[in-house]
Amino acid sequence: MARTAVSGRLAWRVARLAEFRDETPTARTLVFDLPGWPGHLAGQHVDVRLTAADGYRAQRSYSLATPANGDRVELTVQRVADGEVSEHLTGPYAIGDPVEIRGPIGGWFAWRPTNPEPVLLIAGGSGIVPLMSMIRARRAAGVRTPFKLIYSLRTPAEQYYADELRTPVAGLDITYVYTRELPEGRPGIPRRIDVATLNTAAWPAEFGATAFICGPTAFVETAADILLALGHDPHRIRTERFGPSRD
Amino acid sequence: MGVVTPGFQGRARSGDPRLPPGQYLAEDFPVLSAGPTPRVRTETWEFAVTTEKGDKHTWSWAELLALPSEKPTVDIHCVTQWSKLDTRWRGVAVDTLVGGLDTEADYVMVHSYGGYTTNLPLADLLDGQAWIAYEYDGKPLTPEHGGPARLLVPHLYFWKSAKWVRGLELKTRDEPGFWENVGYHDYGDPWREQRYQGD
Repeated sequence: MARTAVSGRLAWRVARLAEFRDETPTARTLVFDLPGWPGHLAGQHVDVRLTAADGYRAQRSYSLATPANGDRVELTVQRVADGEVSEHLTGPYAIGDPVEIRGPIGGWFAWRPTNPEPVLLIAGGSGIVPLMSMIRARRAAGVRTPFKLIYSLRTPAEQYYADELRTPVAGLDITYVYTRELPEGRPGIPRRIDVATLNTAAWPAEFGATAFICGPTAFVETAADILLALGHDPHRIRTERFGPSRD
Repeated sequence: MGVVTPGFQGRARSGDPRLPPGQYLAEDFPVLSAGPTPRVRTETWEFAVTTEKGDKHTWSWAELLALPSEKPTVDIHCVTQWSKLDTRWRGVAVDTLVGGLDTEADYVMVHSYGGYTTNLPLADLLDGQAWIAYEYDGKPLTPEHGGPARLLVPHLYFWKSAKWVRGLELKTRDEPGFWENVGYHDYGDPWREQRYQGD
């Protein structure tokens, strides 16, 4: 039985674009109809495969942006300069067009609404996507698990899910860190996430929060190192890194 | 052939025979791991090989460096689709550490500082196919790439090349490691695209 479940999860399914929303000038949320989708946990990802008319294929992994919701699946795709797959998905890809999707994949960087401990989400840029899925799963499950989100982005214009995150939610604290340009009227200067940020905005180590950190490699390395230095348990720090390394 | 996505042409058709199916060339060196980067001090570093009978052989950092080393230049392939060609390493061949042992084990569980594990057939670590690597591109291996030492098994997907390696446990039975337990393939051959269970 287990074997059947596994091969079903990993089968390629045909998905069709049902709706899309532009989050920023370079990022688009794609809503797919995906008949037969088995459901997933917040934080998991999928593989997306595109096939050209001559049979050439390209495949990439993308985080799911929302918790399980029947046959609907949402991804938010950041356009990468020269990105073979992302440039198509954020450009010519149109309503009704098919792609193939398989998953869900990854059970480690995942949050279950039954987990009682506080949650610390640390997002760098497009690393917000799987963390937003956790925020939405919390709301969908109607649980009061305390959440803190620290969201680092270059400029206010690059924020994903801006309207939704602007609406206050009880038990969800949000701290924004701007590295290049502050919102109008906000005092201070742009800065990167640092010890002071996490010392002030994160849960104290003794609260035993589970931390989920997602972003570019250097960002994740920095945030995880700071949490360790502040005394957080390394076994409660889960990371997902993307992009080039520092060297 | 899969379902055609209208208008998609693709462009990464290098036709490079050294690139396994579905992989693209990375110029940088992406980092993927599941938790914070352990900072392992070489003063207290120890590497252990344990046989299925419980015999344990250990090497300190100085003892590892004193062993004959090799400088393999190899292509590496990550399950997240990037490949990197002609990467230059220095390390001790696993044959040197395991070759003289009395064992009937067919499998190895690799253990890392930080708790990561991954499983491989022993045969895939022998005959010059795998190293305990401590230099990359002529420099000491940095912590984020697995330093001070990592396993290097270039013919399998790179999650098998455990970072921050601490020891090899020889076993007569195959058991899944960290990623294998959550659905990754037991073996991980990039040329057969063995990414997940059932591939």
